[in-house]
Formats: sequence, structure tokens, C-alpha cells
Amino acid sequence: MKHTISVQVEDKPGALARISTMFARRGFNIDSLAVGPTERSGVSCITLRVDCEQHSLEQIEKQIHKLVNVLRVTELVPGEAVERELLLLKVAAAADKRADLIASAAALGGRTLDLGADAVVFELTGTPEELDSFQELARPHGIQELIRTGRIGMSRPSTRRTSRRLSAIN
Amino acid sequence: MSGTNRMTGADAVLRSLEAEGVDVMFGLPGGAILPLYDAIARGTTVRHVLARHEQGAGHMAEGYARASGRPGVALATSGPGATNLVTPIADAWMDSTPLVCITGQVRSTLIGTDAFQECDITGITMPIVKHSWLVQDVKEIPAIIKAAFHVATTGRSGPVLVDIPRDIQEAELDFSYPDEVDLPGWRPPSKVHPLQIREAARVVALAEKPVLYVGGGTLNGDACEELLQLAEVGRLPVITTLMAKGAFPESHELHFGWPGMHGPKWSNFAMNKCDVLVAIGARFDDRVTGKLAAFAPGATIVHLDIDPAEIGKLRVADVPVVGPLKMAIAELTREVERHRSEGVPAPEAWLQKIVDWREEFPLRYDKSDELKPQTVIEKLQELTARDDVIVTTGVGQHQMWAMQYIVSERPRTFITSGGLGTMGYGIPAAIGAKAARPEATVVCVDGDGCFQMTQQELATAVLENLPIVVVIVNNGYLGMVQQWQDMFFAERRSQVHLTRQVPDYAMLAQAYGALGITVESEDELGPALEEALASGRTAVVDCRVAQSEQCFPMIPAGAAAIDMIEYGESVEAM
Ligand SMILES: Cc1ncc(C[n+]2csc(CCOP(=O)(O)OP(=O)(O)O)c2C)c(N)n1
Ligand SMILES: [Mg+2]
Repeated sequence: MKHTISVQVEDKPGALARISTMFARRGFNIDSLAVGPTERSGVSCITLRVDCEQHSLEQIEKQIHKLVNVLRVTELVPGEAVERELLLLKVAAAADKRADLIASAAALGGRTLDLGADAVVFELTGTPEELDSFQELARPHGIQELIRTGRIGMSRPSTRRTSRRLSAIN
Repeated sequence: MSGTNRMTGADAVLRSLEAEGVDVMFGLPGGAILPLYDAIARGTTVRHVLARHEQGAGHMAEGYARASGRPGVALATSGPGATNLVTPIADAWMDSTPLVCITGQVRSTLIGTDAFQECDITGITMPIVKHSWLVQDVKEIPAIIKAAFHVATTGRSGPVLVDIPRDIQEAELDFSYPDEVDLPGWRPPSKVHPLQIREAARVVALAEKPVLYVGGGTLNGDACEELLQLAEVGRLPVITTLMAKGAFPESHELHFGWPGMHGPKWSNFAMNKCDVLVAIGARFDDRVTGKLAAFAPGATIVHLDIDPAEIGKLRVADVPVVGPLKMAIAELTREVERHRSEGVPAPEAWLQKIVDWREEFPLRYDKSDELKPQTVIEKLQELTARDDVIVTTGVGQHQMWAMQYIVSERPRTFITSGGLGTMGYGIPAAIGAKAARPEATVVCVDGDGCFQMTQQELATAVLENLPIVVVIVNNGYLGMVQQWQDMFFAERRSQVHLTRQVPDYAMLAQAYGALGITVESEDELGPALEEALASGRTAVVDCRVAQSEQCFPMIPAGAAAIDMIEYGESVEAM
């Protein structure tokens, strides 16, 4: 099962390395990872997507929490969080075949960034699922290059969060 | 903040160590740490013990920490000096030993250029330290040293590393030592949950067949007195792991041995047939549990630990209690006492059952014309029983025999490498323990293989006036490996023969200025040990023992703990 974990860290040298080393050492695989600044100066947010059992997830949370630079670890529970990702996609498309693609990108809120003689570059921001579906749509045309940022997310103020901390672990 | 004055980064390191109350540090200098060693030459109240190898310095610092309960401090230069510290750091990580390592680094301007003796030691050690710092500004030194000691000693203790580029040791700052640490992300558990305590107490008090499975966390958490109270109040049997040996007096009627691969049968029976297993600062290591799925199958697990990540890591805890063990055990004791005073009976029948097992399956070995390794340790125990003695060990068969035959009555008197199983730990750890507790007699029970990994530190013991007695259980073999080859690889002995004659350990000891005695028979054993113990000098007693003695009982790796092989039983029975 896939989980999204959001980690607030002090912006100190090695903070990211410590987290990724911990994953590697304990044999957990990272599907995606995105790092960036937050509303607090000196604090970065690392969003990790991992594929693991619930038991491993608890281990991961606890192990990350022990790292000295880590301020907070939360799981972004599906339905209780918004999650977004950015996709850049270079698709082979001769001039006469690109109208379709441009239209579907536009329908998903995407943008056409560059038009070459036989390829187009699209930008699309959305839920990871939306990105997946656009990717599938583009695939038959011939994907030349594809980059995704990895997801980022935050909890929804509109839903009450179910507690993700184990009650016994104070 | 108290008093400021201008000084170099190197001096600031020493003033910081002094402010932390450090009395001894262990190390060996080199280019990148010259400014710090120059500051040492200019004066400090901290005693520096010059090791002969940085691994030795690291294990000395560990031995110091384990004997005293205070963090050990080790110093090394960049590159090879720092990499020589990696083994002790890993060892301290596995056994949660508080250790502060300070390494020199190449000048900041050279970092990343593959400069002479440059090595990314913070990178190399990242998976085996609680935290590390590469100092980037001389002004950070006091706060970083303060934080380093704080992190090493709070929560679950362990190693930290501070890497200081040479130019930063030379740069100047206005020194003042902070009163507080600024670590917003470091908040180890400081309280225990009263509801969890109440639930734990109910389960423990009502158990018909309880066992306290006590690990090294009890020593690290300074909770041994509380443990004694808990056991006595509840009349609960105590089984201490290798790391916890000494956390509970071993002559006490409620102490029932040590669990795991070479623990006695009665201990493993108790662990595996109990109905409530109370893990206290213990981590369900595979050497303790054997086959995990078959370990204590019917037991309700109560798990007390300072480290939340240990709870549920290997075995689901039915009642988890996170928090400082000293506090947790004291509160648990109070609640258990309440149950007992309300008439919940103590598990007397169960205690008797374990006593019966102990009588039915005692530790045993056959004597022969040849000196037996077990006899060496029994004799050592007999001769030191009434003394203030600290025993350290190497890793191998002799270590397991030391576990079985040394009777440890007090905390911090049995010091061994458990989690990493580091051969060569014994001699330097003994020197560190002696530095921490000069009034104690410190004995290293070593293997002939282990001895040869760190023997050069005999020079340190002699010249620094830190006398230790090394008792070599000289079976001429990498004995533990030979045992596995004999048992599980059809007796094909592969690269395990050392011989009992080369080197001549007594002559080697004499070459170092130590007392060296060779023992070939049981008759010579007592007088030799007595002479060594009475000499007040560093001494090596080379006990040439039977070459093929195997250590029993034994749970073969991966087997269920209940399927122990006993002394004299053949492996085919498996
Ligand atoms: C540094 C290191 N290398 C290898 C091993 C594997 N090992 C475990 S016990 C052992 C044999 C130790 O021999 P010795 O010190 O003579 O002790 P004995 O088992 O004979 O009592 C070895 C090689 C180890 N634990 N540590
Ligand atoms: Mg040997």
C-alpha cells in the first residue's frame, strides 16, 4: 500500500541525506521525494511517497522522528489531504496530429510550453492520478521525455483529521 | 551565559569539554587535528590517554562510558584516523553507548577536493550515529559541543560525531558556553503514560507465569534500583540479556540467567513458556529470540522502552510503555505493589518451576586432563568474588562462557560488545573502564583471536598507568567460528586455526612491560591468576586450554529457542 509522508525538517546540512540514508538502511523504498521551503524560515518540507505495509509505515514514522533535525512527521491520509504534482512532458507530434493533444491538455488545465517541428512540451499540474491519465493519453503519440516532480501535499482544513499518532506513544 | 573571552576554536573545544565535566579523553593525533592537540599541550584539566590505534581509543571511550555511565570522548585526525573510529562508533550505536567522537577535518577550503587525508566521515558514519556535525563556523563550536553531549546522553543514548576542519580549529571566537541546547527537533520521551502503566501493572500482577526480560536499556536508563524493587515487590523472575548482565544481582533468588543462543536451558524455558513477557529496555535481538515466530508464543508482551521505534519493531507489544525507564519502572512497581497488597498472589509456583528446571538442566561441562576454558572462568570468578571487579570480554566462545560463569552483582561491572560483536573490544574497553574506575580491579576475559586484534593497547595500559589483567582463553582457534564449522559445516575447518604457541603471549606481554604468565594446567591456574590480580600491574595470563571445547547449551541460528542443544548432545539430534 502506498503512503505519503510529510516531514518538516530544520534546513540544516545533511538533513535530507539523513532521511534518505535511514530509508536505505532499513530497507524501505522511496517512490518519490520532493523538497522545498515552507512558511517558516529555516524549515523545509520533505514529502515522501513510500510503498509499504502499515507496520513498516509506523517504523518509518518513528525512525524519522528520532532524527535530530526532524520537527514533525505526518502521514497525508487520502481524502484528508490535497496532493499535487507537476509533470513536464515532451511528446512526438507532427503538426497535423497535435490538435487533439493540445485540447486534452487544456481540458485538464495543462499548458503547452513549446511547439517544435515534430514535438510539443506540455506542463500539467494536478493530482498524481490526473497526471497518470494524461500520460496514458499521450503515450500512443510517442513520449520523448517525461519528468514528474513527485507529489507534495497538505492536510485539508475542511475535514477533521483522524489522528495519525499512536496514542500509547506519547 | 557565563564569562566571555577570545580564543581559538581548538581551545574552545577543550573549554567546552571541561564545561561538560569530561575528565578523560582517548585519542591519537594527526595533521588535521594538530591545532586541538596543540591546545591540549598548552593545558587542559581533561586527561588525554594516548591510544595506539584509533579503534582502541574509541573502545576505551566506550569502556569508560559503560563503567561510569558518563559519555566517553574519543579524538582522531581526519581520513584514516576517522575511519579507524568507525568500528567503535558502530559498536556504540548497536549497544546504545554514549560516545562523543571529535575528528579533525581538512581545511574548509579543501573540502570536496580529495585533499590529503580528506574523507567524508560525517557521510560514512551517517547510518550509525544519532547525529553528527561538520562545523562550518568557529562561533558554532560551544553550541555544537553542548548539543553533542546532550544528544549522546538523552533519550536512548548512543554515539555522535563532531568533525572540525583544521582552519576552524585555528580561527578565533569569543568563547562562552551556552546553558541550554537549541535543538527544536530533539524531544526524547520524558514522561510515561499513566494509563499504560496501569494496564501494564494489571497484566504483570495477574500473570501466572511472568518473566522480566531485562535489556541494556535498564543500565543506560539508570534504572537498576527500580528494577530490584519491581522484582522484589512483585516476586517476578528476572532474566538479563548479555547487555544487561549486572543490572540485577546475579546471586539474587529472583535472577534466572540470560536468554538466547548460549543462555542456560532454564532461562530459555522460562522466556518461552511464560504467559507475560515484560521486555524492559530490550529489543528482541535475534540472538535472544532465535526463530522469532516461535519465540514466547503464548506470551502477552509488555514492552517498556525509552525509544518508541523499538516498540513493535520485531514483536507486537500488547501493552507498550514509552518513557524513561527509571520513571516507568518506579511507577509500575507502585501499581504492582497495590495489586499484591490487594491480594493478587505472587507467582510462587512458577518461580519454583524455573528453579526445578535449573536443577534439572544445570550448566555443565566435562573436566579432562586438559585445562578447560570453563574452568578458567570459574576460577577467575572464585578468586574475584568478593572484590570490586569489572570484567570486559572479547567476542566468541570465551565471551559466552564469561556470561555463564562470571557472577555479576553490580551494574556496570560486565562490559562486552553485544550488538556488533566486535572482536578486539575487550582490552581497550578494560583500559577505558580502568580510567573511569581506577579503584576497581579490571579484568579482560579475552580470546586468543580477539587479543591479536587490539593487543597493542597493552602499551597504553602500561604507559598510562591503567593496569588491567588480561586472561586469554587460548584455545588456539577462532573458536566460535570453528564451533559453527564443526556443527553446521560437517567439521570442515576453514581458516580458523591460530595455534596456541604463536605468538608467545607471555613474552609479548613482557615486551610491553607487562607481567606475562603461561598456564598449561589446572594446577598452575589459581596461582597464576592470583599473582596477576595481586600484582597491581598490567598482566597477561595465557591460559592454554583444550582446543576443541564447544560452547553449550546452544540454540542453532534460526531455530526455535526451545530446541536447545545441550552439552554432550549431538547436532544430528536437530
Ligand atoms: C572484527 C570481527 N571479525 C570477525 C568476527 C567473527 N567472529 C566471531 S567470534 C570469532 C572467533 C573469535 O576467536 P577468539 O577471540 O579466539 O575467541 P574464541 O571463540 O576462540 O573464544 C570470529 C572470527 C567478529 N565477531 N568480529
Ligand atoms: Mg580462541
